[in-house]
Amino acid sequence: MVMTTLTAACAVIAIAILTIILTYIGYKGVAAINWEFLVETPKPVGEGGGIGNAIVGSAIMTLLASLIGLPIGIGAGVYLAEFGDKWFGSTVRFVADTLIGVPSIIVGIFVYTLVVLPMTRQSGFAGSLSLAIIMIPIVARTTEEMIRLVPKSMREGALALGAPQWRVTWNIVLPAAASGIATGAMLSIARISGETAPLLFTALNSRFYNFYVDQPMSSLTVQIYNFATGPFEVEHQMAWAATLILVGLILVINILVRMFTKKKY
Amino acid sequence: MGSKIRIKNMDFFYGSNQALFDISLEIPDRQVMAFIGPSGCGKSTFLRTLNRMNDTIPIARLTGTVEIDGKDIYAPKTDVVALRRKVGMVFQKSNPFPKSIYENVAYGIRINRMHKDRADLDQRVEKAIRDAALWDEVKDRLNTSAFGLSGGQQQRLCIARALAVQPEVVLMDEPASALDPIATQKIEELVVELKKSYTIAIVTHNMQQAARVSDRTAFFMLGKLIEVNPTEKMFTNPDEKLTEDYITGRFG
Repeated sequence: MVMTTLTAACAVIAIAILTIILTYIGYKGVAAINWEFLVETPKPVGEGGGIGNAIVGSAIMTLLASLIGLPIGIGAGVYLAEFGDKWFGSTVRFVADTLIGVPSIIVGIFVYTLVVLPMTRQSGFAGSLSLAIIMIPIVARTTEEMIRLVPKSMREGALALGAPQWRVTWNIVLPAAASGIATGAMLSIARISGETAPLLFTALNSRFYNFYVDQPMSSLTVQIYNFATGPFEVEHQMAWAATLILVGLILVINILVRMFTKKKY
Repeated sequence: MGSKIRIKNMDFFYGSNQALFDISLEIPDRQVMAFIGPSGCGKSTFLRTLNRMNDTIPIARLTGTVEIDGKDIYAPKTDVVALRRKVGMVFQKSNPFPKSIYENVAYGIRINRMHKDRADLDQRVEKAIRDAALWDEVKDRLNTSAFGLSGGQQQRLCIARALAVQPEVVLMDEPASALDPIATQKIEELVVELKKSYTIAIVTHNMQQAARVSDRTAFFMLGKLIEVNPTEKMFTNPDEKLTEDYITGRFG
């Protein structure tokens, strides 16, 4: 009884904090949202303007990061689960766990040194690469866990039919683990859409619509950072509104992935 | 009647633990041979040596020979994939894939590229499900999840899946141990029916089941083969005192 009450109280607190944050963001942000805000580019303070280019920039960089990070992460996870029992597997696992704990700004510095300096300018690509590096260990470890949950008996069933190992992994194990892997991928996407630090000196920012990833690119998070650290109240309001948009987009990603990965069988 | 499988002086090890000791045994073609014995006696391990399922365990090691149709399946050039297609297996716990009923049965046909076209695939799937005595129960819901079937139906689906690749030998590892009496009876009737076309090796805990379905019975204890005889003789007048003690329930 005591146990139930205590754990229930913790659950309520956890949910309550989240609800309060979301409500507050909604309350503060909704007033400044209008069509112009969604499609315009930033203008000098007092002249309105919006975050259209930041939304597009975030979308491009998240997409590109996913295109780089998800295949590598999922591939590495499959390796760890299926063949990673030797020393190499444990090394990769240890490094991945360490990388998950590395503050994201360090990834930003790393990419800054490796990509931005040789290219002599910040770019959407450099930003995407930082985000991808953050994704890979998360996706690899969740994929590994999900694949390990697939019962051994299911693999044996396929092996006993004469399926070679790669087909067992590809047609039986991966589909069986698909919804779990997708959840991991979704979590990593949600995680990188909220990252600011690794973008600050890789993608920088831009005041214009930009579709070229070799140019500096605006993102919602960096834009929020700029608005929020500005001196004017109208900028703070725009920061809240942009935050609301960001949270809304992450929510949409969550719902979409859940819809697509609903267990068919 | 000739021997389908011939095992000579087989020793089997998990690392440094020896699990099977000097097994020599012949399994006749198109008969049912039952393997009985107390838990941990090695009968499942033995069964899994016949389609090299133990290959998945890195520390497993086998000496001696296992011949199927006169060919040593542990010879270095053996194609394990082809071997497993020829020697099907049904497991203790039914293990359908997370796919539809149809796709479960079609899987083995597809990976072995046995069908000419879609119509041929349909036919093969239907035949396998009919042979597993499941057709009437699932024909209207072939495209629904295999997990929607009852335990007994799932096990017969796994039998259909194994039959679909047209094996010559079917290994069954306690196929009815998790099923209720009615489902068990269906599986047993099916085993008797299947021996017309297949050589069957069945591991069972249930001695009545061995007596009902098998032509010959082998009794294992502590990794050793104690006795092999026609089932009727085994259960009425066994050669070995140990067999008699086990069958009459003095231990086990």
